[in-house]
Amino acid sequence: MTALSPRTVEKGPVPNSLTTGQLPRFAELYIFGASAVVSGVLLMLIGFDVIGWLVLSAVVYLVLLGILSSLVENRRKAVDRLVRGLVTVAFLLAIIPLVSTLFTVVSKGIGALSFQFITQTGGSAFNPDTLEVTNTPGALQAIVGTLIITGIATLISVPIGLFTSIYLVEYGRPGQWLSRTVTFLVDVMTGIPSIVAGLFAFSLFTIILGPKAFSGFSASVALSVLMIPTVVRACEEMLRLVPHDLREASYALGVSKFATIVRIVLPTAIAGIVTGIMLAIARVIGETAPIFMAASFTDNFNSNPFEGPMQTLPVMAYTGFAFPGTDITASNNSAWGAALLLVILVVILNLIARVIAKVFAPKGSR
Amino acid sequence: MSKRIEVKDLNVYYSDFLAVEGVSITIEPRTVTAFIGPSGCGKSTFLRTLNRMHEVIPGAHVKGEVIIDGNDLYAPGVDPVMVRRQVGMVFQRANPFPTMSIRDNVLAGLKLNNKRISKSEGDDMVEKGLRGANLWNEVKDRLNLPGGGLSGGQQQRLCIARAITVSPDVLLMDEPCSALDPISTLAIEDLIKELKEEYTIVIVTHNMQQASRVSDRTAFFNIAGTGKPGKLIEYDDTTTIFSNPTVKDTEDYVSGRFG
Ligand SMILES: Nc1ncnc2c1ncn2[C@@H]1O[C@H](COP(=O)(O)OP(=O)(O)OP(=O)(O)O)[C@@H](O)[C@H]1O
Ligand SMILES: [Mg+2]
Repeated sequence: MTALSPRTVEKGPVPNSLTTGQLPRFAELYIFGASAVVSGVLLMLIGFDVIGWLVLSAVVYLVLLGILSSLVENRRKAVDRLVRGLVTVAFLLAIIPLVSTLFTVVSKGIGALSFQFITQTGGSAFNPDTLEVTNTPGALQAIVGTLIITGIATLISVPIGLFTSIYLVEYGRPGQWLSRTVTFLVDVMTGIPSIVAGLFAFSLFTIILGPKAFSGFSASVALSVLMIPTVVRACEEMLRLVPHDLREASYALGVSKFATIVRIVLPTAIAGIVTGIMLAIARVIGETAPIFMAASFTDNFNSNPFEGPMQTLPVMAYTGFAFPGTDITASNNSAWGAALLLVILVVILNLIARVIAKVFAPKGSR
Repeated sequence: MSKRIEVKDLNVYYSDFLAVEGVSITIEPRTVTAFIGPSGCGKSTFLRTLNRMHEVIPGAHVKGEVIIDGNDLYAPGVDPVMVRRQVGMVFQRANPFPTMSIRDNVLAGLKLNNKRISKSEGDDMVEKGLRGANLWNEVKDRLNLPGGGLSGGQQQRLCIARAITVSPDVLLMDEPCSALDPISTLAIEDLIKELKEEYTIVIVTHNMQQASRVSDRTAFFNIAGTGKPGKLIEYDDTTTIFSNPTVKDTEDYVSGRFG
């Protein structure tokens, strides 16, 4: 063993050329606290309000953070912190309307929600003997209507949309005029205002069946017009994500193109396709204008989509405010209830989509 | 069941671009033939024309004849699906079907063609295929787990098992070992030597040692420059190609003195 010279033990931190100045951990938190306090105090002087306080805090926070970071740390870190702060603020701004809407709907609608509300046909009844108007709160006719109308719209749109996307991805060659035309038309359809879809369905059925041709089916047609392009787009994206390798592997086994699409491509993409379809449904289930035009509104229970007006949740929410009954509060209340039910329905659809995506997702791939 | 492949004056095009020009070659049954050559010289392109897989690429087409045991692959009315049932293919990147278990992957070729197979028949074929691909011992306890959960080398052998389960006559392999470690590579080379008893095998490889270890005959492809078509330069017994080739380019390439 060679005698090692005793190492010089340095006191204090070892100087490291790779270090730079650094703000303490949680500095961002402290700074935010400080800016909240500062702007709070500032606002006290001129009159406090919550929104102004939040906005001012955010601005003060960004400025403070930028200055401090560029003093203590370097330029790159200062920019990094600043941009991160901006992105966070943007995110918070984006969720404010969402949270606020949800909060309003839940707080106002929860009162109307009850077992009766979802199992009874609501409306007002006029008793000619006593001249009394009785109001029954209930949304059964609207729930059934919404489910039937969106259900039929889905039944129409999914096959058309899915087959179109299969054509575009599997059969249409990129430069071919037919697939170019289809893609173009789908893009145009995506931009159709929903009221136009409603007008289309309404006038179509008026031409076929004569005036006052309100029906659930006609509303479904209007919704399909809105839904088909969304479904085509979603399915197309998902089918394009399926690696080309898998198709080649299948062809190389002597499998026909049809079997390859049905047994390899679709199962591989099914999770995404189902999610896309669910989102498309969620998108049209809340449409008001086209349904209002094509299916009108009613307080009667109608489960026949081919005959007579049909009530739906969004239209119920709208009419509850626009054309309230004699008891205005009751009408408004059931409007909020309908709105909340609609939100719940959409949430349920999203949950189903997630579960299905989980169940079908290809397993074990790295 | 293995077949002779005769190619006569074959040109392969991607739309207007001539990728491979004037290839004539005869591949004997029950042999291993290696295709070697620099990148971009058209080995994969040519290989794919042997089971019409190039048709998957829009615009790709051929001129010339490919005759397998007397049947012209490109005669009018020939169904590419029938061709591919006889001429199987293994790709450079392992591509097991992610939605299927190991067992279903092996049986994929049969099931997708709607062959009805009983459970016990299926079990036998799975075992035979996986043993054939040297994979049985590693996966026999997890046949129902997804094929995507295997290692890269295991996935590649799974793909070989899948390809041989449809019992083709010819097996085309496009750089099957390029993503594998030396041990998996050796396993696959051993496998190729065994498969040779039953199949006609064509393998593309960038690995000279591999070509000399597994193949009986070697074809050297080369390209004169970018944008020029690839050509078959020399085709001979592997020992000849590697010891005294007739063409100077071949010698340069196999000895590593190439560009
Ligand atoms: N899909 C395609 N479309 C158009 N040209 C292609 C396509 N695939 C390959 N080519 C061209 O054909 C020529 C031959 O390519 P190929 O893939 O057959 O080469 P290779 O010999 O297999 O090369 P490597 O050893 O790198 O795999 C190249 O010039 C290539 O650019
Ligand atoms: Mg290649």
